[in-house]
Amino acid sequence: MEKFTTHTGVGVPLRRSNVDTDQIIPAVYLKRVTRTGFEDALFAAWRGDPSFVLNQEAYSAGSVLVAGPDFGTGSSREHAVWALKDYGFRVVLSSRFADIFRGNSGKQGLVTGVVSPEDIEILWKILETKPGTEVTVDLDAKTATADDVTVPFQIDDYTRWRLMEGLDDIGLTLQNEADITAFEQTRAAWRPKTLPAKHLPSVEIEAARPV
Amino acid sequence: MAGTLAEKVWEAHLVRRGKDGSPDLLYIDLHLVHEVTSPQAFEGLRLAGRQVRRPDLTIATEDHNTPTLDIDRPIADETSRTQIETLRRNAREFGVRLHSLGDADQGIVHQVGPQLGLTMPGLTVVCGDSHTSTHGAFGALAFGIGTSEVEHVLATQTLPLAPFKTMAITVNGTLPPGTTSKDIILAIIAKIGTGGGQGYVLEYRGEAIRNLSMEARMTICNMSIEAGARAGMIAPDETTFEYLKGRPHAPEGADWDEAVEYWRTLRSDDDAQFDAEVVLEAADLEPFVTWGTNPGQGLPLSASVPVPAEIADEGERSAAERALEYMGLDAGTPLRDIKVDTVFIGSCTNGRIEDLRSVAKVVKGRTKAEDVRVLVVPSSARVRLQAEAEGLDVIFKEFGAEWRNAGCSMCLGMNPDQLAPGERSASTSNRNFEGRQGKGGRTHLVSPLVAAATAIRGTLSSVADLDLPEGVDITTFDGSPLDGVGAPSVGESVVVDLPLPVAR
Repeated sequence: MEKFTTHTGVGVPLRRSNVDTDQIIPAVYLKRVTRTGFEDALFAAWRGDPSFVLNQEAYSAGSVLVAGPDFGTGSSREHAVWALKDYGFRVVLSSRFADIFRGNSGKQGLVTGVVSPEDIEILWKILETKPGTEVTVDLDAKTATADDVTVPFQIDDYTRWRLMEGLDDIGLTLQNEADITAFEQTRAAWRPKTLPAKHLPSVEIEAARPV
Repeated sequence: MAGTLAEKVWEAHLVRRGKDGSPDLLYIDLHLVHEVTSPQAFEGLRLAGRQVRRPDLTIATEDHNTPTLDIDRPIADETSRTQIETLRRNAREFGVRLHSLGDADQGIVHQVGPQLGLTMPGLTVVCGDSHTSTHGAFGALAFGIGTSEVEHVLATQTLPLAPFKTMAITVNGTLPPGTTSKDIILAIIAKIGTGGGQGYVLEYRGEAIRNLSMEARMTICNMSIEAGARAGMIAPDETTFEYLKGRPHAPEGADWDEAVEYWRTLRSDDDAQFDAEVVLEAADLEPFVTWGTNPGQGLPLSASVPVPAEIADEGERSAAERALEYMGLDAGTPLRDIKVDTVFIGSCTNGRIEDLRSVAKVVKGRTKAEDVRVLVVPSSARVRLQAEAEGLDVIFKEFGAEWRNAGCSMCLGMNPDQLAPGERSASTSNRNFEGRQGKGGRTHLVSPLVAAATAIRGTLSSVADLDLPEGVDITTFDGSPLDGVGAPSVGESVVVDLPLPVAR
């Protein structure tokens, strides 16, 4: 994962609350088996609307999304993070994120900064008054600066450290493999195993057809 | 020290306690896999030269993207077919057990785990699907994860996790007739909001919860995520043990006794501290439906579409305005006057045998409203077979409904089962997001009983709105088998050694 320290890019005001992951990327785009190439799927239902913020030239190259509360609710699809990243976003600022979305972002190097609702409103006003204004996000200082206004954001220390170091989670965990193996020795016999597979008696399935 | 149920399960899985703000490392007992969120995870393993650490704690099924018609023919949509074929190839290569389309154990992943007896109290269960919270109904700590975490669990059988907060949700008293566990959870979400559970594991308790069947409990835990919670749990009890006993993977003999003895300890201690508490009176509940575009925008069926101008909070007001515009609803319209085009009965929320039975009892001997399409999609092939053994499929077909093969289907509209733009559904599923059931589709979340009554009348309705035949009252519309058809026993399980090719 690429290391993240600071980033400067065009801020995009998304004045909506409860932007769920079905809005970020509709399910029809989840059939792909690749991890990249989702930029066309981002906010797909809204991209046809000329008044949608990303369809306005000043914002179209945006990389810092400033969104309303409860961003990323709903489905666990990590595709939502891939779509944001593939479009070019590096940072999302909101007053509240859904847990799974925030976790997924941290794994993929997308910074999710929690900003107070008042400060989100200030950022929105700046970005709406002067479309194309750049926002500088400093992960070390945990601040976002637009124009002459600097607002603090929160992000948990562990995620921040991993993002700044660009560390791979699996590699970190495997440093503790001896602990995992030791734990496995202590698991009770009743805990289920999927193999060998046990079934109810097997049944021939025929396709159900409508009358 | 006194602990909550969630804390006890957490502590029992601690591989390594995090130091200096780093997360705890938790062992994962059961990893459920499906076609949509796994291909990139397997690809990651392949690129890093890693194996699946514990194929024997992993099970895969095809559900999200599978057709519910013509399952014996090649999948028509090429990208869908590629995704399914990718899962099959990955399962073969990495030695993961897979229940494919056409297999009797294929179905929605959150039905497959419980019906095979793999889901048990006290486990940690994960899946790349937010509705993994379903399994919490057994007293497991079960939550959805993203694809990076899927890869992490495949490679290490663990997850680094920051501790959750705990919230007790107590539902006192007895549910009025015609209301179900779906109405409980819709009411809870309307009360605490779609963000109200963020950062929490919810524990549902109280008399009304205790009196629910295992399947009804699954409905409640399933929708915990719609309140923003990572997981929902219910302490195991006799209902849980009875559901599990005799299932193919349930422990046997001395292992069963040892397990039950341990499972009985899995309850929040009387003096355990929760970070938050919510109390509901079941007697106050009535059938609940959503009017908007998130699951928190719900009201009792007797209410009217809200008037945004009367909402004090600016954010909520503008969200309501946007929702009404999308939903094509006028403020102040009685919810009962809303006419639907489609009724969808299915999903990991309400596609189980008890749901199908309760719907069948309501619609038996009737004909659906003329211009309403009714889709009944069992949650697994096994549920479909059981429904057919009980004759439910005949009741549905005579009613005028379409009887389909198992899968996620119209819940998320990845397969061909979708709403057309502007079409309106009453759906027993879990999300009413914009476009969820098809681009431009409008979703009202409802219980199976409301879905059945709505299919009969054509407008959002409860079973109390129906003219009932002599001698029938709405208390009989439960999940027990219909008259004259005994509940098939769980049956003797057989052990099958799947031929598992060695990876590479």
